[in-house]
Amino acid sequence: MEVYLDNSATTRVFPEVAELMTKIMCGDYGNPSSLHRKGMEAEQYLRYGRETFARLLKVNEKEILFTSGGTESDNMALVGCAAANRRRGNHLITTGIEHPAVLNTMRYLESLGYMVTYLSVDSCGRISLEELQRAMTPGTVLVSVMHTNNEIGALEPVEEAGALVKRMNPNTLFHVDAVQGFGKAKIYPKRMGIDLLSASGHKIHGPKGVGLLYVGEKVKIQPIIHGGGQQMNLRSGTDNVPGIAGFAKAAELLYEHYDDDVRRLYGLKRRFLEGVRKLEGVKINGLLPGRPEGEGTAPHIVSVSVAGVRSEVLLHALEEDGIYVSAGSACAARKPQPSVTLKAIGVEKPLLDSTIRFSFSVYTTEEEIDYTLRAMYGKIPILRKYTRRS
Amino acid sequence: MFTAFLIKYAEIGIKGKNRYLFEDALVHQIRNALKKCEGEFSIHKSQGRIHVEAAGEFDAEETVERLKKVFGISGICPVVYAEDEGFGKLCDTVVGYIGRVYPDRNKTFKVHARRARKDYPKESMEINADLGEAVLRAYPEMSVDVHEPDILLNIEIRDKIYIYSETIPGPGGMPVGTGGKAMLLLSGGIDSPVAGYMIAKRGVKLDAVYFHAPPYTSDRAKAKVVDLARIVAGYTGPIWLHVINFTDIQLYIYEKCPHEELTIIMRRYMMRIAEHIAEETGCLGLITGESIGQVASQTMSSLAATNEVCTLPVYRPLIGFDKKEIVEVSEKIGTFETSILPYEDCCTIFVAKHPVTKPNVKVIRRHERNLEEKIEELVKTALETKELIVVE
Repeated sequence: MEVYLDNSATTRVFPEVAELMTKIMCGDYGNPSSLHRKGMEAEQYLRYGRETFARLLKVNEKEILFTSGGTESDNMALVGCAAANRRRGNHLITTGIEHPAVLNTMRYLESLGYMVTYLSVDSCGRISLEELQRAMTPGTVLVSVMHTNNEIGALEPVEEAGALVKRMNPNTLFHVDAVQGFGKAKIYPKRMGIDLLSASGHKIHGPKGVGLLYVGEKVKIQPIIHGGGQQMNLRSGTDNVPGIAGFAKAAELLYEHYDDDVRRLYGLKRRFLEGVRKLEGVKINGLLPGRPEGEGTAPHIVSVSVAGVRSEVLLHALEEDGIYVSAGSACAARKPQPSVTLKAIGVEKPLLDSTIRFSFSVYTTEEEIDYTLRAMYGKIPILRKYTRRS
Repeated sequence: MFTAFLIKYAEIGIKGKNRYLFEDALVHQIRNALKKCEGEFSIHKSQGRIHVEAAGEFDAEETVERLKKVFGISGICPVVYAEDEGFGKLCDTVVGYIGRVYPDRNKTFKVHARRARKDYPKESMEINADLGEAVLRAYPEMSVDVHEPDILLNIEIRDKIYIYSETIPGPGGMPVGTGGKAMLLLSGGIDSPVAGYMIAKRGVKLDAVYFHAPPYTSDRAKAKVVDLARIVAGYTGPIWLHVINFTDIQLYIYEKCPHEELTIIMRRYMMRIAEHIAEETGCLGLITGESIGQVASQTMSSLAATNEVCTLPVYRPLIGFDKKEIVEVSEKIGTFETSILPYEDCCTIFVAKHPVTKPNVKVIRRHERNLEEKIEELVKTALETKELIVVE
């Protein structure tokens, strides 16, 4: 049995998406910039993409930019806005638990002379609005807060943060990295004070190599990629037609059953949490106080620290039974240093290296959850028997 | 410009009656090495030399890179062939050669001519003098130095005329296969690939064994070992990599033996298993990357304790090397970057905080008796479920 519980790393593409993309790649393969009919046909897919996201996010079509993925979207939002608004100030604010696409871009901006404030988080991984308020200065150009944390599933108070930022300084831009949140929570930038929003195709059963950046129409931004002037000169490069169409199709399909799916995901999370609690010596990270069933956190992410078992060993032990999970998060798992997020929420040192992330998708079933729990019940006691004695 | 390479070899030259065996092995190794190169090559030996001639288009740089990895080659001389069209024409060819090979001509030189064909109208000394004169006339900035020239311009008069002056150093050593075969214990660290390289350099063909411990070591760790074997195989030719699933043996030792002795006892079983496979595949020795005192399991006492379980000789070419020196070789042969990828190997997962550094062989033997009940069965299973990967 194959049980894929690493959906925060990437997801299986919906068959309808693959079908549409094959049709475009093999048949409607024109370049939308070409003047002939083949080009026009291809352009229709771009229009479809833009229309779809404009509808789902309730924004204007011309506010949607397509990129090569979440990382490029984050880079463009931060670097493009910092550069375009240099005269307004050189201060940026973000959180200490952002994805490396944001954190390392901020570090890059620091190397260019920008000042960056990193907000702390509480033991559930959430920022404090008071701290955000204190951090704001008249020279704050941009605030970037992630929607859903990729490692522990914490939901940041983006709506409140957006309102606060706008109240304090209407000129300060508010960016939200929604790579993990898009498709799992309804996000409407215009109602939430969001000026820039990043999302990625492959986290929502679309293809890899495509993402989007919503850029509110009044936002001043500079391109970070220069070339043939596609996408209103903001993001040059031949449009990734199959990717964009596939991404849009995936989003459309997700939104069709959105409420049922999210409800079902919370059900799975509840079932899983209940089962995990039966194990001794485990700690579930990122849950809100007094909400043991996972309310107020992402529906699809569960972070569990298993005392006395190294995460990589547990990962490979589960793999033997066809269960695929992540040690920490896929982006951090191949680096030897422990995760920034887990440290920031105060996970004790011995548990840092013993934390596993399970992430579900619409394909996940109750049967798979039970199978995984049974595997954990069987394996963890054995693995604990053979640990490094000190 | 160059159409051929003259291959110089060092030690083979002094072999006696079986010298042809070494030469044939070298020709064979060169042929193998050039298989993956663009172009067609004819490789032949004549008069104590090996010639590699390209027929038609070929990539000289790629060819030299390949040849630089063939053990037994001490030097590679890129050669220009010229037809014998009279001495005047030869002078022009040589002047043109110098012009192309040496853009900076503020150098001293010496012409060294040899006639294999004695009917050539000029004698060697005459050729030296006349060619030297032609070069000086064309490039007044050059001068002759017969004792320590910057450029030694070799002219060989055979059916064609060979012109060469550059020698690119080869790796030295002996052609792989002339020294038999040995079994390398390959871990994925920095040392063992270097140890394999060094023994192979003496003409020894390599087999390798890797101890895999899922789920404690990942498939990526195994893939890394295959990658390392592939880099070493670039020098040694194909390597048979035997992968042993070691988990159950390791856990059993962990359960039954004192924790501080775990690594030593584990290594004793690795040696036993390696020796078993070595004997099956016709290997004449084992190779490890050990260096005295590097870690607890590599002290003199520990080495003695692991050494006593096998009868085949154990070659430890790095025994007197410092870590820094090992790293230097691994960087030179191109294994370093892969070796330092952060995947855990099976030696480190259960390692005790304070493993024994002076194990007493008698005590170790006594503790190994705790394993009597199941260990033979486990070793047998490990050998039966061994996976073979042929790495090229």
